[in-house]
Amino acid sequence: MNLSFESRSSNEAFARCAVAAFLTQLDPTIGELNDIKTAVSEAVTNCVVHAYKDTIGKVYINVKIEENSLIIIRVRDTGCGIENIKKAMEPLFTTAPSDERAGLGFAVMESFTDRLKVSSKVGRGTTVTFQKRLSCRVGNG
Amino acid sequence: MRISEGEEEITAYLSGDIDHHSARDMRESIDAVVQMKKPSLLRLDFSGVKFMDSSGIGLIMGRYRLMALYGGIVRVVNVPDELERMMNLSGLNALDIIERRGVKLEAAK
Ligand SMILES: Nc1ncnc2c1ncn2[C@@H]1O[C@H](COP(=O)(O)OP(=O)(O)OP(=O)(O)O)[C@@H](O)[C@H]1O
Ligand SMILES: [Mg+2]
Repeated sequence: MNLSFESRSSNEAFARCAVAAFLTQLDPTIGELNDIKTAVSEAVTNCVVHAYKDTIGKVYINVKIEENSLIIIRVRDTGCGIENIKKAMEPLFTTAPSDERAGLGFAVMESFTDRLKVSSKVGRGTTVTFQKRLSCRVGNG
Repeated sequence: MRISEGEEEITAYLSGDIDHHSARDMRESIDAVVQMKKPSLLRLDFSGVKFMDSSGIGLIMGRYRLMALYGGIVRVVNVPDELERMMNLSGLNALDIIERRGVKLEAAK
């Protein structure tokens, strides 16, 4: 499933709800769905707040359903990029404290999914990929 | 969002989804009342919150700092179970401002 939209804050709710709606076919638990919505919300908010700070750009979401209810979600922007990814991923690190950012986005994505990968190039953009295996109450396939 | 005002305390009943987009309106409504009343206690009631990302933590931290300016305190109450993990991740536990069920924190010093 592919989705692209403008980096307006009003699209944050749309993005996480669209991903959740797509995944209902797998019959996830409310908790699993909430974890995914939270991770998507963090990634999309980072595009709105950081990647396209003071401008509007495109946010791209790709959701893949693999075997055994493994879902892989990619959130991509072509914004400012991250200079030091390791530093950015440290809990409580933020470059926007005045904006009431807590510096917890990556920590939340890490905690609410099974695996998180961040790649970025300054001036080119950032791609955040996370995956989560659903318990899958209906038999596989 | 409903805000109830007492003599010394204010309670903001947060509801719906708290994200970067919705947090702004909530922040502005709460701060307007706080700045006018300068209460000694600001209660943030989370019972109506259905979803929250880290913007909710930023919202709490920001109000904590604002209240500290006036020598007041913040209490976070009625946190739904689904939000516990987020609250625990946030480091807010160290500030001792979240009231767990059946455990009342001391009122303003
Ligand atoms: N898509 C992005 N483009 C550019 N910079 C980013 C992006 N995502 C994150 N960053 C950088 O990484 C830092 C840490 O991100 P993280 O989401 O962990 O915290 P935050 O967004 O600052 O605060 P919070 O998520 O708690 O509101 C950000 O402050 C920002 O500097
Ligand atoms: Mg963030």
